Amino acid sequence: MVNGKRVDGRGVEDVRPMKIVARVLNDAEGSAYIEWGKNKILAGVYGPRECIPRHDQSLYRAVVKCRYNMAPFSGAEEHGRSGPNRRSKELSKVIKEAFENVIISENFPKTEISIFVEVLQSDGGTRCAAVTAAAVALADAGIPMKDLIGAVAVCKIDGQMAVDPGKEEDNFGESDMPIAFSPRTGEVLLFQMDGNLSREELSRGLELAKNASAKIREVQMEAIKKVYDEPKEDRFLLIG
Amino acid sequence: MESMNEIKRDTLGALISQGKRGDGRGMFDYRTINVQPGILQNPDGSALVSIGKSQVMAGIKFDVAKPFPDRPKEGVLSTSADLLPLASHLFETGPPSDEAIELARVVDRGIRSANIIDLSSFYIDEEKVLAVYIDLFILDHDGNLIDTAALAAMSALLSARMPKVEEGKIIRGEFTGKVPIKEKVVTCTFGKLGDKAFLDPSLDEEKGMDCRLTLATTPSNLVAAQKGGWGAVSEKEIMELFDISLEKGKQLRALLSD
Repeated sequence: MVNGKRVDGRGVEDVRPMKIVARVLNDAEGSAYIEWGKNKILAGVYGPRECIPRHDQSLYRAVVKCRYNMAPFSGAEEHGRSGPNRRSKELSKVIKEAFENVIISENFPKTEISIFVEVLQSDGGTRCAAVTAAAVALADAGIPMKDLIGAVAVCKIDGQMAVDPGKEEDNFGESDMPIAFSPRTGEVLLFQMDGNLSREELSRGLELAKNASAKIREVQMEAIKKVYDEPKEDRFLLIG
Repeated sequence: MESMNEIKRDTLGALISQGKRGDGRGMFDYRTINVQPGILQNPDGSALVSIGKSQVMAGIKFDVAKPFPDRPKEGVLSTSADLLPLASHLFETGPPSDEAIELARVVDRGIRSANIIDLSSFYIDEEKVLAVYIDLFILDHDGNLIDTAALAAMSALLSARMPKVEEGKIIRGEFTGKVPIKEKVVTCTFGKLGDKAFLDPSLDEEKGMDCRLTLATTPSNLVAAQKGGWGAVSEKEIMELFDISLEKGKQLRALLSD
């Protein structure tokens, strides 16, 4: 931190540039593409559809499934391994649980709603970008939800709390705390943290994340509106 | 679902026998093709290609690896394909399917046998060579994934840069120039139903057709081929489709920037 500015010139409350485009895939029932900083992430949703295998079914509600996956070429370092690993399985689980809170799953017993997230390029904060894009994809698929959720991380740099850490701040920062808010109720639906925070820092972090969530929600709403305001015959992904 | 395929085969058969197609294309027309090279910053090369509603992203990454024992002075080329579950209701999570492995291997064979990448230039030191990984991410599936993926791989290779190597290690983010690519290899995939062949089968056509023939070509020669499906092709058809591949190859190469 130099003169209250971060490595990329942002202030502590500034979120990196964000762009969301909904309905970019043809076969998926809902889809969204997000660019957030240098993150490029694609989310696709199927369902409600028959839940397979049948022993996963619930008689009372739709089962929410999530797969968060990173492309082997998504990082700036060496070539990754394809397929799930411990990290991606944990992230898939916490993302799924955040959506279980808002999806009105009681309407669709015996079915499953599947959320697939593919990280095409990573730049720190991929799980938050994944939640933010997946929420738009779910809305695009017409899945009834109590709220449109978004997520953002907060970090501590040189003892100061800041929102939306980029890759370097994530790697060299003193704390990392990804949070998903339900903007309507103010409830926290995804919450993870590692590092070292005082009571004041924790409180400031939550406040920063909540303020940022309101801005993220605006970008999400724009993306959903655009699908209807400017309907397109061809759906395809344009990477800008 | 099998009955659906039977119905599709009947409908398709009736159309194809009259030389017509479901979407009004000619028998040897591609659907609309879009090529976006170099769209990612983290990999060493990348591209997004769509043919009709099929979309494939290709990423190229270099790593330092051990050479194969039988080729100790040559770099390693590795191609893989992921049929992502978001691309189609037909795809499931889990280990690579037979279809994914065939797809990756057909694309790989075209690039490998045409020798368009000089793997001997990837030698670094004793037991140390550069490995180039081509990852094909299938994002949307509406048929003819082979041509879509092969075009994405070729476009990504053409956009790729050679990493800087110092003391046997890659310096990430620094490059020494473009990856030298000798020629553009492209594939043309044909479907066949009854005695009629057609180019660039859509997913509906794939479900109904008897077999598939993929020909990978340089501007003059055949470098890889794959027949798929239970149906048969005649020698005469192979020769005819080879001529059409060379002709259509020009259209595909024109979409690939140097």
